[in-house]
Amino acid sequence: MIELTEKKQIEESQNIDHKSFVLEIEDLEVYFELKKFGFQHAGFVRAVDGVDLKLKRGETIAIVGESGCGKTSLMRTILRLNKPTGGTVRFDGDVINSMNSRELKEIRRKIGYVQQDPYGAMAPFMDVQTILEEPLKINGIKDKNERLSRIKKVMEEVKMTPVEDFLNKFPHQLSGGQQQRIVIARAMILNPNLLVADEPVSMLDASVRVEILKLLRALQEEHNLAVIYITHDLATVRYFSEYIYVMYAGQIIEKAGEHDLINDTAHPYTHALLAATSDPDPKNVDEFQDVPPGEPPSLVNPPAGCRFHPRCEQMISGKCDVYRPFEFDLGDQHLVSCWLFEGNPVADDHGVVLDGEIAENKL
Amino acid sequence: MTEEKVLRIQDLKLHFITTRGNVQAVDGVNFDLEANKAVVVVGESGCGKTSLAKAVLRLLPKNAGEYSGKVYLKDIETMALLDEEYRKQIRWVRMSMVPQAAMNSLNPVLRVGDQVAEPVIEHFNANKEEAFHQAAKMFQNVGVPVDFLSRYPFELSGGMRQRVAIAMALITKPDLIILDEPTSALDVLTQANIFNLLKRTKNDHETSFILITHDISTSSELADMVAVMYAGQIVEVSNSKQFFSNPYHPYSKKLMTSVPRLRIKTEPDFIIGKPPSLLNPPTGCRFRDRCPNAFSKCEEEPPKIDFSGDWVKCWLYEGKGDIR
Repeated sequence: MIELTEKKQIEESQNIDHKSFVLEIEDLEVYFELKKFGFQHAGFVRAVDGVDLKLKRGETIAIVGESGCGKTSLMRTILRLNKPTGGTVRFDGDVINSMNSRELKEIRRKIGYVQQDPYGAMAPFMDVQTILEEPLKINGIKDKNERLSRIKKVMEEVKMTPVEDFLNKFPHQLSGGQQQRIVIARAMILNPNLLVADEPVSMLDASVRVEILKLLRALQEEHNLAVIYITHDLATVRYFSEYIYVMYAGQIIEKAGEHDLINDTAHPYTHALLAATSDPDPKNVDEFQDVPPGEPPSLVNPPAGCRFHPRCEQMISGKCDVYRPFEFDLGDQHLVSCWLFEGNPVADDHGVVLDGEIAENKL
Repeated sequence: MTEEKVLRIQDLKLHFITTRGNVQAVDGVNFDLEANKAVVVVGESGCGKTSLAKAVLRLLPKNAGEYSGKVYLKDIETMALLDEEYRKQIRWVRMSMVPQAAMNSLNPVLRVGDQVAEPVIEHFNANKEEAFHQAAKMFQNVGVPVDFLSRYPFELSGGMRQRVAIAMALITKPDLIILDEPTSALDVLTQANIFNLLKRTKNDHETSFILITHDISTSSELADMVAVMYAGQIVEVSNSKQFFSNPYHPYSKKLMTSVPRLRIKTEPDFIIGKPPSLLNPPTGCRFRDRCPNAFSKCEEEPPKIDFSGDWVKCWLYEGKGDIR
């Protein structure tokens, strides 16, 4: 194990500049304690377990995975709604792990958050103007006219025009697409550096989805935003993100550019996800889809080694079921955590020192 | 057409009475379904898809107004039956349904085994033991472990609950199953699993399906035919080969371009505007305000143009096929 001070020295010697990233996550662990009878310790839910992520301004990363794989826990930790139990999260170079509420307020001003269910994310008794005014009031903009002009500006950006028609409407008077536009406007009104979008289109109608995704992309380009886009739908991802991270059972198992992930898929789980995503094609009727057996594992007692091994056809016994796979570098920023790619350079050995043989990787 | 028709719907209407007027949710729907085939009903939300399912199964809410037309199930005219006869002879015996968000439609305080066995006890006078035996067989069929029979819905994952709901619809071996958005709340792998199950059911039991969805990509997994619904009416019925490669109606074309695709690099587009209110739908073609090809004739009611089995309701095809 490398001591923390030692780690600092290494970083200093390599001259790592944390400021160049909007968001930098290292070895993040988010565990939730389970309690029996309300007080007795009964293990942990390992919602996020060893996640690394680096995001620069103007970049978009999509995090893809099934429900229960820890996507939302990861996102909530970025917003510091959950406290990380291990690892670090840096926002604009500052570690946010143990910030107090005053410092957090500063940080959260720079992070916009687009919720999954727009209707559930807005107070039903507030009209659009009140909803959009709230963040401005909280962040100390006292001039009423300035608030109104900023609201109008942001509503024009999300194409809710003519603005006057919508200012006094309540959420239930808006269509699903319009509701989501207001949620996006609320996320954008404080000019954030980072936008976190949690399944922003999964509750919307198919024809409106594309409209909202295009709007998000236009905003991203115009404001040079960093965006984390969380979804389970691979088909929408490729129109939106340069990088796709695939998450399974609390870990990121493959990271690649959009084109590489779809055309040079490496991890067996990513293969399965892609195979299960249909394109409209009349030939689909005649074929059964290939689906790996079983369901995602419990995060209380995840399988040892590679967490996908019980469902994986290419499992190497004695290896995949014992050791957590290293992260191998396939070149061109394509990283995969899978023993099938041993032989490629190791990008991350999870702190396990290689000494001819792999030392036992304690979970 | 020599093949046997399971379902024939003629001029089916279902209106709802609200304080703001009559909502014409299903307004003159016609289509036929052949045995052992699946028809997919696609359209934006609010175009009357779910109301169509309810109208076919006669599951009417309290505020239902006009309810008319003819629905033939094989040779029975179901609309002529009294409610009690309909309940005894048709619903769940010959036609059943997997409701929208089926995972939440199970009764939380009953064991899933009891819920799946109930239709057999109710409709075929089976005793409990026999019904449970059948339920167990059905569980195997849909891929739920048999010992789940005595579990409660909250103990099951979303995919498992969906399978239970499908088992419940299948247990009486109906001729027709209506699936209302069966996978919209599920993950992609679970979704693929459910569609594999539906395909197998279709092959093994010769069941027909009406699949109601707005997800065109996954609907192609099951579709033999596609019916496009817009503002309470069906505007096109095509076989799946035609629809997924080259649909007729301008609305269908727009729907197809709005689908994000994984394998082909095309920029998806969205449909400008929104569907008209069903309180007072426009006369003539209901899509004309959003249609890129609209012309003066579209203000009149469009004719139904027949292309050897497929048909489309659009003025653009006037003179290009037989008028029905």
